[in-house]
Amino acid sequence: MALLGPNGSGKSSLLRLIAGLLRPSAGQIALQGGEAERTIGEQAHYLGHLDALKPSLTVAENLGFWAGYLGDRVRPADEALAAVGLGGLTGLPAAYLSAGQRRRLSLARLLAVPRPIWLLDEPASGLDAAGQERLAELMRQHLGTGGMVVAATHGPLGIEATELRLGGSP
Amino acid sequence: MTALSALLVRDMRLAIRVGGGALMGVLFFLIVVTLVPFAVGPDLVQLRRIGPAILWIGALLASLLTLDRLLAADHEDGSLDLILMGGTPLELSLLAKAIAHWITTGLPLVIATPLLGLLLNLEPLAIGAVALTLLAGTPALTCMGLIGAALSVALRRGGLLLPVLLLPLTVPVLIFGVAASNAAVAGPMSFGAPFMILCALALGSLVLGPLAAAAALRNGLE
Repeated sequence: MALLGPNGSGKSSLLRLIAGLLRPSAGQIALQGGEAERTIGEQAHYLGHLDALKPSLTVAENLGFWAGYLGDRVRPADEALAAVGLGGLTGLPAAYLSAGQRRRLSLARLLAVPRPIWLLDEPASGLDAAGQERLAELMRQHLGTGGMVVAATHGPLGIEATELRLGGSP
Repeated sequence: MTALSALLVRDMRLAIRVGGGALMGVLFFLIVVTLVPFAVGPDLVQLRRIGPAILWIGALLASLLTLDRLLAADHEDGSLDLILMGGTPLELSLLAKAIAHWITTGLPLVIATPLLGLLLNLEPLAIGAVALTLLAGTPALTCMGLIGAALSVALRRGGLLLPVLLLPLTVPVLIFGVAASNAAVAGPMSFGAPFMILCALALGSLVLGPLAAAAALRNGLE
């Protein structure tokens, strides 16, 4: 699902609500299917505006930490890094990465720990054309395995998606 | 458990890397303690008398120095959102962060105490007493600091808020820490009574600190 709408229309807030980072003042958020004993936040990846990376840790250490912290079913880090095109940079401190490479490293987190729901806030920001194509391919693969993607975006996502417009037409 | 050990290892790594706070606290401690004899004068008897108090004040200020980054850094780069979302109880994650902070900033202060005690002309017994009280007291400072760090992140006010909130809470730790150190050397009361109260403060804050900090973060970050 693609969340569309002008700046300030509540796209990011909706994603944070689904993730459980904000509490709804009315109504409730429910997930059909999934694991009933776990919250939506525990079954979802949230990729916000910030990349949640530590500049002084290497690419592999950053990814290794999130894989260890978030996951019990973890894919090999090398595989996830190769899938986002950072295969040769594992020993490099994250401080030396460009904005696009940092974004790709935070996307690798989504691949390293499989979770059914991806909540993406402007996932393509900072990515070049090839990176956007790669992102679209990753989302396609995720949807193909039965996953769900909710992405707030201004540009085209590159995949077929149900559109939800917030705050009137942009 | 894997999640907590991952967090512990990451925070310790960050502290010892360039720009981390591990050395900052102990260097500040060194500066405070070496400056005091210059300010007070070379009266060895007087230095020996006020030595435990100087060491304790130095350690207290040194541990305050790095506490404001304990949660603020994770908040600024978005890591805190993921820590809040994850399946690991927030209280335990915060406790893991506090333990990592203590190992990298509190423990070095305890280790440096014997050396700095010599600069203040303390006897071996007094040095041992101060090191022991700091070993019991610095975890209390870190865990109380966790509450302050969580509040300053939740209220989006850094800087002065943390020491203003925290210093009143740390006063009992300072009082009983110095009292126990002095009692070991000069008496008249026994070392045990104030030291036990210090241990109780540490154990209490070890439980209350993560609980209160987690509550502050949950309610504040909305």
